[in-house]
Amino acid sequence: MQALFGQLLIGLINGAFYAMLSLGLAVIFGLLNIINFTHGAQYMMGAFCAWFLLNKAGVGYWWALLLAPIIVGAIGIVIERTMLARLYKLDHLYGLLLTFGLALIIQGVFRNEFGSSGLPYQIPSELTGGMNLGFMFLPIYRGWVIVASLVLCFSTWYVIERTKLGSYLRAATENPTLVQAFGVNVPLMVTLTYAAGAALAGLAGVLAAPVIQVTPLMGSNLIIVVFAVVVIGGMGSIIGSIVTGLVLGLLEGLTRVFYPEASNIVVFVIMAVVLMIRPAGLFGKEK
Amino acid sequence: MNWLGSGTDRTGKLAWIAALAILVLAPFLGIYPLFIAQALCFAIFAIAFNLLLGYTGLLSFGHAAFFGGAAYVTAWLVHAQHWTPELALLAGVLAAAAMGLVVGLIAIRRQGIYFAMITLALAQMLFFFFLQAPFTGGEDGIQGIARGKLFGVLSLEGDLALYFFVLVIFVAVFLFALRVVHSPYGQVLKAIRENEPRAVSLGYNVDRYKLLAFVLSAALAGLGGALKTLVLHLATLQDVRWEQSGEVILMTLLGGLGTFAGPVVGAFLVVGLQNYLSDRAGSWTGVIIGVIFVLCVVAFRKGIVGELLAWQKRRKAG
Repeated sequence: MQALFGQLLIGLINGAFYAMLSLGLAVIFGLLNIINFTHGAQYMMGAFCAWFLLNKAGVGYWWALLLAPIIVGAIGIVIERTMLARLYKLDHLYGLLLTFGLALIIQGVFRNEFGSSGLPYQIPSELTGGMNLGFMFLPIYRGWVIVASLVLCFSTWYVIERTKLGSYLRAATENPTLVQAFGVNVPLMVTLTYAAGAALAGLAGVLAAPVIQVTPLMGSNLIIVVFAVVVIGGMGSIIGSIVTGLVLGLLEGLTRVFYPEASNIVVFVIMAVVLMIRPAGLFGKEK
Repeated sequence: MNWLGSGTDRTGKLAWIAALAILVLAPFLGIYPLFIAQALCFAIFAIAFNLLLGYTGLLSFGHAAFFGGAAYVTAWLVHAQHWTPELALLAGVLAAAAMGLVVGLIAIRRQGIYFAMITLALAQMLFFFFLQAPFTGGEDGIQGIARGKLFGVLSLEGDLALYFFVLVIFVAVFLFALRVVHSPYGQVLKAIRENEPRAVSLGYNVDRYKLLAFVLSAALAGLGGALKTLVLHLATLQDVRWEQSGEVILMTLLGGLGTFAGPVVGAFLVVGLQNYLSDRAGSWTGVIIGVIFVLCVVAFRKGIVGELLAWQKRRKAG
């Protein structure tokens, strides 16, 4: 029983990261029509930012939660302005290829500087320890990750679905030319959207830093699983990608208990099954 | 005449014969035959990939699964089951085609960007399968594979014999790809690439055409991987990783998408560059490859051969 709940907790945490990352991918895809392969590298950069801030500048976890996303987002602005902006008129596949190349560069540079072994990141003192829930022991930090990611996901949902800014964003997704004609600065919005998506990945990286070892390759395998999550959920709805992420994390945790050999591939198998039954994804709209 | 592109007119034929003559003579000019043999294997891989992206417009981000998967099958059959190389190669190709059929059936249900993501995800699934399957040797791979005797008679252990074996297969693959693209079937593929709804409205069963192209491409990619096993005496996880899928995209893009010479030029450049850099730049090789990738996408989308063709066209016009 302990093992089951332990794995479910890990599954829930993984699911929270799937949700955050697929959310960022969906937001970027909605407006830019680009699948951001650099997302995994941006998640990794967020974790490294936190590590740098703590170990080189003495800046703690809570400030890192604010600063790391800003730094990663700023790098995102540079990437969008100098490179991605040249590709909008072309086939969407070029955006995927460009961000793939960028991911290779970023990961390669970090790998040269830090090797492939992990760097430990201290859990902030306020969140150490754990509590006994009766049926299982919950480390406080893990509980915090789940709560924080849920808050993050739902505030993103709120901004996009319930605010004026979000309505501009949704309108620009449907018809950018028309929205621009109404006096909205669409190119600026596109840039900021990419930055926001990147920042979201960076923030997820900071949250992940104390849970897992900070390594240059921490994002590279994760991003492929997140792609599968996105395909399963379909990119039609924000809530859809949050729910899909969490549920798949849990399913992965269950697989780790009952059939550990398949835990690496269960998400991909589910993706294949979903594609056979509902090609547009569980929450996607058929075009 | 775009002789680089079609290779069917007179200048084109002359150019290809010259290139072939260089390849035949290369080992006698002091070039290390195993290096060219390896580059030819990747050229087969890139030709297979180009058949799919360049002529059908499908971006597969998972072709390493077929390349590396066939390499494992061939390596295991030669190494553990003592099959002769030609049968093991055939089995590797069939295995790649079978994997291609399954992956293709699932992936063609979505288009464009989703197609790329699905192939990537399924290839990652196959990666984990090969990592855990008992016959692949996990992280070590299968090493020290003897090349054996072709048809049980002709030994491939000598590097020169092997080189010519690879060269013959390469030429056959090249001619086959040429034939496919210029056949009525190839014309339908191009129609699908240009305008899929129109191809549907003309009554073509687009999914069948795409699936067949995918299986063909997977099988040829597998042939490249299986041959590489014989050349290098090993099959490793490196060949099934997603980085490898990216590399074949780079080869095709750098050489020139949708041209005949492009993938071959690209494969030789990338393999040559990697060999050159591995001594000098060491672990920075991956970064440099990434930089070339980005430059290709941002500023050099036609690729080397594509730019040459465009230049030729401009000169004709002006």
